[in-house]
Amino acid sequence: MKIKFWGVRGSIPSPGPKTIRYGGNTTCITVETDDGRLIILDGGTGIYSLAQTLLKRLPVNCSVFISHTHWDHIQGLPFFIPFFIPKNKIHIYGAFDPVYERSIKDVLGRQMEYCYFPVRESELKADIEYTTLRERQTVEIGSAKVTNILMNHPVLNFGYKIECNGKSLFFTGDNEPLYNIYDPHHDYYEEYESLIADKNTILLNFIRGVDVLIADSAYTTHEYPAKKGWGHGTFDSCIEMAKKAEAKSLYFTHHEPLRSDDDLDAVYRQLQEQYSAVSGMPQYAVAYEGLEIEL
Amino acid sequence: MGIKRQEIADMVEKMPAFPHSVHRVLDLASDINSDPKELVEIIEHDPVMILKILKLVNSAYFGLSQKITSVNHAVVYIGLNTVKNLALSTAAIGALPKRTEAGFDMDAFLLHSLSTASIAKLFTKKMNIQSKESFDYFLSGLLHDFGKVVFAHFMPVEFQKALLIAKEKEISLFEAESEIFSINHTEVGSLLAERWQLPSNLIEALRSHHCLEGDRLLVTDVVSAANRISKELRIGHSGNNLVEKLPEEITGRFGTDIDGIVGALGNVKAEIDKAMIFINL
Ligand SMILES: [Zn+2]
Ligand SMILES: [Zn+2]
Repeated sequence: MKIKFWGVRGSIPSPGPKTIRYGGNTTCITVETDDGRLIILDGGTGIYSLAQTLLKRLPVNCSVFISHTHWDHIQGLPFFIPFFIPKNKIHIYGAFDPVYERSIKDVLGRQMEYCYFPVRESELKADIEYTTLRERQTVEIGSAKVTNILMNHPVLNFGYKIECNGKSLFFTGDNEPLYNIYDPHHDYYEEYESLIADKNTILLNFIRGVDVLIADSAYTTHEYPAKKGWGHGTFDSCIEMAKKAEAKSLYFTHHEPLRSDDDLDAVYRQLQEQYSAVSGMPQYAVAYEGLEIEL
Repeated sequence: MGIKRQEIADMVEKMPAFPHSVHRVLDLASDINSDPKELVEIIEHDPVMILKILKLVNSAYFGLSQKITSVNHAVVYIGLNTVKNLALSTAAIGALPKRTEAGFDMDAFLLHSLSTASIAKLFTKKMNIQSKESFDYFLSGLLHDFGKVVFAHFMPVEFQKALLIAKEKEISLFEAESEIFSINHTEVGSLLAERWQLPSNLIEALRSHHCLEGDRLLVTDVVSAANRISKELRIGHSGNNLVEKLPEEITGRFGTDIDGIVGALGNVKAEIDKAMIFINL
C-alpha cells in the first residue's frame, strides 16, 4: 500500500507564505493498493493537484470514499478533471443524509447545480457510479477491503479502514472524542458515560493494531475548550486514540487554517517534550502535502 | 372501514409532532449555544418526535449491533447535530392541533402518555431495573396509546364514532376501534414499532397492554399498571372512559392491589409533576 497526502488542511484552503511547507489544500489522501488500484479519501482542494498527475495515466479508474460532505472534504470534486474525460471510471462512496433523506449522489450532485457550477453532474463524460454506504459495509477494491464506521461530527462522518495484504490504515475523517453532556449529578450521567464507553470500545476494536492512523487533530488541548462540540479532535486526543488502539503510527491532519508552518513545528516539538517519557507511544508525525508512506 | 397497514406507516411518516415540542425545537434551533440536554428532554417528551428518531437510528442503514431505545443513545451514536436536525425536520412539518376534528383533546392525550411513562419509570426505580433498560419502560408508556393519535389525526370522523360507540356500549375504546377500523391502537402501535425495527420488548408492550392472554413480559404488566394508575389519578385523558380493573395476573405479579402498588411506588404525583412542568400544560 502506498499512501500519499494531497491536502492536510481543515475548514478552508489556506495558501500563502506561512503554509508553504505543510501545504494549504483541504483534505485529500490517496491509497494505492498493492495491485495498483487507486483509492481516494475525500475530495478537498488537494484533489486538484492529484488530478493533474492522473492526466498522465488515462484512462483513470478509481474509487473515491467521502468521509462526510462538509465543504472542505468535497469542494475539490467539481474540479477533478478525470470526471470530464470519457472512458474514465470513477466510483464514489459516501454516507446517506438522514435529515433530508438523500443519497450521496444527490448530496454531491447539488454542488454542481446551475447556481454553483457551470457543468451539471449529468453532463460529466466519465463513467461515474455512486454507492451510498451503510455503516460497516465492506467494499472490495482489488485486493483491498474498505470498511467504514461512524465517527462523531456534526454530520454523519465515516472513518474508513483500508486493509490490503496484512497491512492496514484508518482515516478518521473529522472526529471529536465523545464527551458527556450531563454534569455528574444528573440522573443520566452514568448511563451516558456507559454509552460513550461502549461506543469507544466498538471503535477501538475496529481499528486495533492498524499500521497507520490518520486522525483529525485540528486543535491543541489548550484551544479545545473554546471549540468543544465543533466536531474535531486534538493532538492529545489523537495520541490517546492511537495508544489505546495500539496503532503503529499516527499522522496528524486537518490542520487549522491559521496554523502556520512554524506553529505546526512548535506543536510537534512540544508533543515530543510532553511524551518523551511516556511508554507505548506510536510513531507520530504531522502530515504535510506530498508526504508519502509506503507499507 | 378497514385501513391498510402500509397506509398507516405512510401517514405516520408525514405526521407532525406536538405543538409544545415543535415550538421548543424551533427556538432551540435558532440558538447556536443551545443546551444539548434540552434537546434530549424535548424529544423524550414527544411521542411523535421520539418515534421518528428511533425509527431512523434503528433502520437497517446503521450497522447497529444492538437496538437504540433512548434519545441519549441516539445522540452518542449519530451525533448531537444530526439528532437536532432530525428533530427540526419533524418540527418543520408543523404541529398537531390542540384539539382534533374528532374533539379529541391532544393536550390531555399527551398528559396521559407522559404520566403513564413517568409512572412506568417509577416502577423501574422501585424494582431496581437497570438504568439502560428502564428507558424501554418509559418509552413503552409514552407510546402505548400512539395508535390513537394516528386515528384522531388522520381519521377524525371515524375516530369520533369509535369514541361514541365506546361510551354508549360501555366498552373499552380499543374494542370500539376494532369495530370501526378493523384494527385497534395496540395493533397500530406495535405494527409501527415492528416495521421500524424497534426493540422487541417495546413492540410487545404496545401490542399487549390491553391483552391478558399468553406469557406477559414484565414491561407489559408495568405499562398496563401505569396506564391504570394514570387513569385513576385522572391525569390527562386517553379518550377511554372505561377504567378497567387491574387484572389479577398483574396484581399477582406485584403482590398487591392498585392502592398497594401506588403506595409502594412512593411519590407518584411528584414524579408526574416533573414531567408536567416540562411540557408546561
Ligand atoms: Zn473538515
Ligand atoms: Zn467537517
